[in-house]
Amino acid sequence: MSQPVSPIREPLITGHKTYHDITEDLVSPTEKTTVSWALATMAAALMLGYGVFCLIWTFWVGIGSWNVNRTIGWGYDITNFVWWIGIGHAGTLISAILLLFRQKWRTGVNRAAEAMTIFAVMCAGLFPATHTGRPWFDFFMFPYPNTRGPLWVNFNSPLLWDLFAISTYFTVSLLFWYTGLVPDLATVRDRAKGLRRKIYAFFAMGWTGSAKHWQRFESLSLILAGLATPLVLSVHTIVSYDFATSVLPGWHTTIFPPYFVAGAIFSGFAMVQTLMTITRKLLKLEDYITIAHIESMNKVILLTGWIVGTAYLTELFIAWYSGYIYEMFAFYNRVFGPYYWAYIGMMGCNVLSPNIFWVKKFRRNVTITFFMSIFVNIGMWFERFVIIVTTLARDYLPSSWSYYWPSWVEIGIYLGTFGLFFTLYLIFVKVAPVVAVAEVKAILKTAGDQYVGVEAAKKAEATAH
Amino acid sequence: MKKKDVLFGLYDDEEILLKAVKEARAQHLDIMDVFTPFPVHGMEQALGLAESRLHIAGFVYGLLGTLTAFLGMTWIFTKDYPIIFGGKPFWAVPSFIPITFELTVLFASIGMTVSFYIVNGQGFGVDNPTLDDRITDDKFCLAFDKAGKSEEELNRLRDFLKRTGASEVHEKTIEKK
Repeated sequence: MSQPVSPIREPLITGHKTYHDITEDLVSPTEKTTVSWALATMAAALMLGYGVFCLIWTFWVGIGSWNVNRTIGWGYDITNFVWWIGIGHAGTLISAILLLFRQKWRTGVNRAAEAMTIFAVMCAGLFPATHTGRPWFDFFMFPYPNTRGPLWVNFNSPLLWDLFAISTYFTVSLLFWYTGLVPDLATVRDRAKGLRRKIYAFFAMGWTGSAKHWQRFESLSLILAGLATPLVLSVHTIVSYDFATSVLPGWHTTIFPPYFVAGAIFSGFAMVQTLMTITRKLLKLEDYITIAHIESMNKVILLTGWIVGTAYLTELFIAWYSGYIYEMFAFYNRVFGPYYWAYIGMMGCNVLSPNIFWVKKFRRNVTITFFMSIFVNIGMWFERFVIIVTTLARDYLPSSWSYYWPSWVEIGIYLGTFGLFFTLYLIFVKVAPVVAVAEVKAILKTAGDQYVGVEAAKKAEATAH
Repeated sequence: MKKKDVLFGLYDDEEILLKAVKEARAQHLDIMDVFTPFPVHGMEQALGLAESRLHIAGFVYGLLGTLTAFLGMTWIFTKDYPIIFGGKPFWAVPSFIPITFELTVLFASIGMTVSFYIVNGQGFGVDNPTLDDRITDDKFCLAFDKAGKSEEELNRLRDFLKRTGASEVHEKTIEKK
């Protein structure tokens, strides 16, 4: 290989892998069932079961089983909805935006991140679907010709835009993910025998690896990435419109769209880190999801953490600078009001804690990364709680001021979404290669440690002399 | 159902294959197809493949989405169901933009993906014949159609494959639907 060897560029695939090693390492986890996997899946399914029980309880007993009240109509449900949607953003960001920027480190994590996106959006969708109160009528939200006279949905409403944004986002993410998965399912198919082969052949859609197919495949991936890039930015922008187009002080701000998008990327990357640090350990993928990958993601976390932090401070400044008494009170209430602890949690986890990543040693430490990723997710949850609950708890009329704390049913549904998320993720890890096999092979010669990095450079020099 | 006799060589590295493909093209050999485990950089130029027209289809689908959303909302809110929301005019163009954008993306993505599978002859349950199981693993395959070739020509192709570095040369009959 007559390629210039760079000692500076850090290899993204270590362990001197050959193409066959890559297939072996990445596909073999789908070919055996381990006890730890079975136990983890059972635990996740149990949690999901509890969530389903709480949902049934909600519909059986009624909305009274939740602690939302007339003043605070949006509580745990919308907080969790926004939180999960935010988490869903990293997948498309990694697969689409980083594809357009030609960042090679995306190949190690994109498959799992995209899967995470799809599962997170499913968890998110559950909350507004339940929040309508009568989910069996949820199809009323879609515009369709009906016999109730001319009767249409309100296309001017941000809540309807949100429905369109999230269903589009879910569909496009699913297509993007599955299309990328097809060549890898073909790899699994060609290694399998008997019934297993038949099943994978069904889902691999008759992929052969023909040059023309690969050409179309690359063309499709690139355009889907180009379409998904504005889409991912639009989704959380529209989620923020749910708040920003209202007339409540604290919600009615123009900073919301960029602030929500940055927060979404922040929390999404944190969740990717949580999952990846565990996955790489359990499936022994340290050669494919390297410290270099983890460091890159930590840099994104540091950057978006600062964007979010700047947004928090801007909000406070603008509230003071506006001189508008209601706006000033809304922010005074956030910092010193009854939910001061949520504000501290948000500031501590989102603004202060990511600064640890200024230090290279901490950026490259897996244990610190894991705990930091949990911190960030807690912080981002607090952010949504602060925005939604704190604002609603102290509205214009002091006589209707109220306090909110979730009931066991609401907490149960939230736990249930974790169950759903992890059940689906664990099933995915079992049935499909968790790292994109074909894509890793495609970058082997430009990112493998026998081709680039310090070691390769030394070897090249030794052979030259 | 059509039977197809194929002569193919398996290479161990994509760079050797790429060189072989270039040489085959220079010698005007009739390449049936090339199969690889991942997209090989420069293969489409080497094979002289025409640019994919998928992006044109994508544009058309996207435009269809734009028009569906925008004209649909326009008709609904000016003709079929004119109602004033929050003091806005019936034809409130700025608030139609988010849904118009979303449907543009949705139509383009679904349309392009479905087109991709249709032109590839792919779909759930479709079982296209493959030449070797290792093509999706670490082998790179250059295939020639045996139909209408004399034994002498075939021998020349076999020699060509071996000479250009194929580690294995096989023949196989596949059934093409």
